Amino acid sequence: MTIDTQGPVTTTHGQERAEDASVVGRMANYLDERTSLSGAVKFLGRKIFPDHWSFMLGEVALYSFVVILLSGTFLTFFFQASMSEVQYDGSYIPMKGVEMSAALQSTLNISFDVRGGLLIRQVHYWAALLFVASIGLHMLRVFFTGAFRKPRELNWVVGFLLFVMAMAEGFTGYSLPDDLLSGNGLRIIDGMVKGLPVVGTWISYLLFGGEFPGTDIVGRLYTLHILLLPAIVVALIGIHMVLLIINKHTQFAGPGRTNDNVVGVPIMPVFAAKAGGFFFIVFGVLMLVAATVTINPIWNYGPYDPSPVSAGTQPDWYIGFADGALRLVPPGWEFLIGPYTVSMNIIVPVLALLVLLGAVAAYPFFEAWVTGDRREHHIADRPRNAPTRTAIGAAGLTFYAALWAAASSDIVATHFRLSIESVIHLCQALLIAGPFVAFFVTKRVCLALQKKDREIALHGFESGRIVRLPGGEYIEVHQPLSEYERWRLVSYEDYQPIMLRPDRRGRITAGMRARARVSNWFFEDRISPVSRPELEASQHH
Amino acid sequence: MADTIRDASGTDSAGEDTGTERETGVHSTSTSTEVETRSEAPGTAVVRPDAIPNPGFPPERLRVTDLDPREEKKAERAVSLWFGLGIFGAIAAVAVYVAFPLGNGDPDVNRWTTFGIGMGIALGLLGIGFGAVHWSKSLMEGHDLVEQRHTTRGSEETRARAVEVFSLGNKESGFSRRKMIRNSMIAALVAFPLPGIVLFRGLAPREDPNELLKFTMWKKGTRLTRDPSGTPIKASEVTIGSAFHVIPEGLNETEDRLEEKAKAAVLLMRLRPQDLTISSGRESWSYDGIVAYSKICTHVGCPVALYEQQTHHLLCPCHQSQFDITREATVIFGPAKRPLPQLPIMVDDQGYLVARSDFREPVGPSFWERENS
Amino acid sequence: MVIASPRRRRPRSTRTGRRSTLASAALLLIGLLATGGAYAAFTGAAAADSSASASIRGANITDGQKLFAANCATCHGMALQGSKAGPTLIGVGAASVDFQVGTGRMPLAANSPQGEKKPRQFTDAQVKNLAAYVASVSPGPGIPAGKYLTGNGNVAKGAELFRINCAMCHNVAGAGGALTQGKYAPSLKGSTAAHIYEAMVTGPQNMPVFNDQNISPEDKANVISYLQYLDNNASPGGLDLGNLGPVSEGLFVWIFALGSIVGITVWLTAKSN
Repeated sequence: MTIDTQGPVTTTHGQERAEDASVVGRMANYLDERTSLSGAVKFLGRKIFPDHWSFMLGEVALYSFVVILLSGTFLTFFFQASMSEVQYDGSYIPMKGVEMSAALQSTLNISFDVRGGLLIRQVHYWAALLFVASIGLHMLRVFFTGAFRKPRELNWVVGFLLFVMAMAEGFTGYSLPDDLLSGNGLRIIDGMVKGLPVVGTWISYLLFGGEFPGTDIVGRLYTLHILLLPAIVVALIGIHMVLLIINKHTQFAGPGRTNDNVVGVPIMPVFAAKAGGFFFIVFGVLMLVAATVTINPIWNYGPYDPSPVSAGTQPDWYIGFADGALRLVPPGWEFLIGPYTVSMNIIVPVLALLVLLGAVAAYPFFEAWVTGDRREHHIADRPRNAPTRTAIGAAGLTFYAALWAAASSDIVATHFRLSIESVIHLCQALLIAGPFVAFFVTKRVCLALQKKDREIALHGFESGRIVRLPGGEYIEVHQPLSEYERWRLVSYEDYQPIMLRPDRRGRITAGMRARARVSNWFFEDRISPVSRPELEASQHH
Repeated sequence: MADTIRDASGTDSAGEDTGTERETGVHSTSTSTEVETRSEAPGTAVVRPDAIPNPGFPPERLRVTDLDPREEKKAERAVSLWFGLGIFGAIAAVAVYVAFPLGNGDPDVNRWTTFGIGMGIALGLLGIGFGAVHWSKSLMEGHDLVEQRHTTRGSEETRARAVEVFSLGNKESGFSRRKMIRNSMIAALVAFPLPGIVLFRGLAPREDPNELLKFTMWKKGTRLTRDPSGTPIKASEVTIGSAFHVIPEGLNETEDRLEEKAKAAVLLMRLRPQDLTISSGRESWSYDGIVAYSKICTHVGCPVALYEQQTHHLLCPCHQSQFDITREATVIFGPAKRPLPQLPIMVDDQGYLVARSDFREPVGPSFWERENS
Repeated sequence: MVIASPRRRRPRSTRTGRRSTLASAALLLIGLLATGGAYAAFTGAAAADSSASASIRGANITDGQKLFAANCATCHGMALQGSKAGPTLIGVGAASVDFQVGTGRMPLAANSPQGEKKPRQFTDAQVKNLAAYVASVSPGPGIPAGKYLTGNGNVAKGAELFRINCAMCHNVAGAGGALTQGKYAPSLKGSTAAHIYEAMVTGPQNMPVFNDQNISPEDKANVISYLQYLDNNASPGGLDLGNLGPVSEGLFVWIFALGSIVGITVWLTAKSN
């Protein structure tokens, strides 16, 4: 085969085919001949995506991120990441003539002298808050439905990294305008970093390019904010999506749905229309909020200056748990080792946060270790059907909530007519005792719901209709379930505690003991799903 | 590398420590699935042979738009209406943009352009969004489809080939055979990022931060001046109950104004002299009930300036540390440990307040080398 | 642009016939019922253009003394000397009386961590009489001169001073904030120019004193102008969520933004009828 003889033939053939097609067809042909795009369309186009509202939360995060990228790009055209001092001469009267950094002046100019600039700034900021919030909610959904189990543990870790990156993106962005609020935020970061043992002083010195506040930090954070961190986020989103496609989406139990199929709508056209439309809806809601609600009024805060501070100085909500952790430390947690100062009032909160985040990242591996289950799981759990996991989640959430609430202790105090001291004490109590209470209550509630499900599966719904039997006895008529309805109640995984037995070599290792103990704690209280004999027995009387 | 993959497949079949559970009589795969190709260890999961079987798909409910052509027509019109609203919104946003130029100094114009453009864009977006979703929900083919899943792991054939690729790579390169090459390469790879790390030393100037952190602009004879004007303060001007926000004289003219201010900011208060408890050695640090304390919190450095003139408490608004000025700024609540450093002050011959010296200890947040001088 | 702020003129003379002989309980009751509406009519606050501190034009010191004896002396003593229940009023001046009584903080309603702003119990004229009486017994800071209360000062200068001297307690937008032991710095929204000035001069309750050597009368006028600018100009970004900062923004995004989006997802994934 030579090119000379074969070439013309293929060309004519191709042209003939193309002439048959419409414009779109010809374009598709053009692309495919250069990219093999048809393969991707064939592979992805009719992939099935299950429908459930909670499966859309990750999309909210993705779309917020798109909004952030779009609006952020616009903002970079005007923003100057410079801390050189200028005198404000824009149109906002209460700032006229005030000395400030070029960063703040350009942010004020975006807000007051660029038409629509304030809108875009607000949509960027609101989208950032929504980005982290929707990631948080998405993670909670994944956690409570067990969608992190094999084969999705790694994607959980990728998602977790995205959450951390989103917080980093948020904090770097918060600091850019160099206003009083963000400057005091950086001051707190500086104080925290300085409190770290051995390296703290030097890290702070390097971070700020000298003494706090210096003239470098805004420029440095800007590079992180618009270059490094977004690149990482985009890369992680890419991995997250590829793994999603490889693993396919989980689905809730339902008639006809098994661990081996996906039931739902195809990407082309239904899901594409829904998801595409949903992007516009998320964007639209953000625009609506940005058009009507002020966010981060830097014109009130004014330029950063180490002397003033505003009452109610708080970080954005997603950093709140860190700020709250600092607030909840009781007095006096600082001591000397020889000539060195050990700031436990900083080290302990930082460690607590790292442990909390580490626990979130590691949870899927922990649960896999406890259950020893190596099967793939594609059916999402109802939270009640994994009582211990749900209870652990509730406990973690309570811990987080206590830290979060503490970050707004002063606002809580003024709005509920309490003293800040009592709010702090309350949050301290909630932080320590709350998780245990939440664990216990949630677990009991889950088990009770499971029992109720069992009752319904066996005996049907209570119809509310009371009937008197010929013998004088009153009974409530129970409405039997259809087998489809019943299936949702009876199809769940059930685990039992490990019995501690010697391994093949006749040993019982410490690891085995630990695992047996944890397994026992996890699964000692359990409600088995209704079995066929039980169902038959119940139907006979 | 090759070993890793072989290991993984080896463990899978051996089942490792899940052996105990197997004895409980659970061997088969989940009965609810029929097409299970591989049997993975279920761990402590109870796999019951007597589970209720999956009833299969229920009969599908048709939508009104499937049944009634008039409803279908209605939905079609609604979708178009949404898209029409989208067009209207986009045009409205442009119209508002054109109609209200900024820059005449009226703050309300900014408010209304932000609102108008935003509402227009929002309508434009929501029109498209709701239109598309409504279209997909009511008019697009509504049947659920089923796709089979496959286990995520590659087929045995693929995996065998992958193992083969790696072992070939190993064999042809001699990676595990030529240990010296391998180890020296690993060492080189460990060494190569070091210069990159060292380069980051350039992030900050050459001085030792510890020296900088231990001194402020205050020195003997520096006048206390008002923040931000920099005008000096006479002792007679500080009446009881007053609080002055203070910077050292000449701060506004220094080159690194903010860095100096971040260490030198001071709060000046006058209490009744009998309210002050003064420890020995500090008798001369105040003047007739006038005391000066660093404004920088000893916790993480927020300005502590919420002075309550009746209780004489200072509160930090960031983390709620509280300091008692009558007891030399001792911490009475919150996460801070150390009292705020006191600035020793006196009055010069013209009656102005001046510093006796710099602070006698580093101001601001704790740091590792703080006590090491 | 012109800062539009209502010029505070001398208010009309009293219209009510209530006298000091009324028992304070009855006053309280009537005050609570009536002054809610009357308050709006008298927002011009107390004699703003009076210049002298001790003598307040048109004030009746005798009436003031009677009012004082009936309503204040229990705690502050017949001779202003104070008691266990209340501090001495020697040297507090007319400004303090006008602030404390004019904002309704005094007489105290209940034993709380601090006196709170509430509908006031006295008419303008009565407040003025009380102030004149207290000032006549022992002079102190007077009611500020009208030229400082116009709101026509340098807004930018005022904003800078406000951030340094006031914002740590009252928040940069004057929204208020928490103090220790249940006390709080109140919101300054809608405070009258005279009351702001008087608060700075007298340092009511736990607020420090900002005397004229600390913040000059002109600078006080600038601070007032800034606060009036905030009152008269809505936030350019839309609703201000109480100017409470990131906490209210965070709550808003969770409850309203994410809340409505979650609502939409439920509709989006529900099967159509």
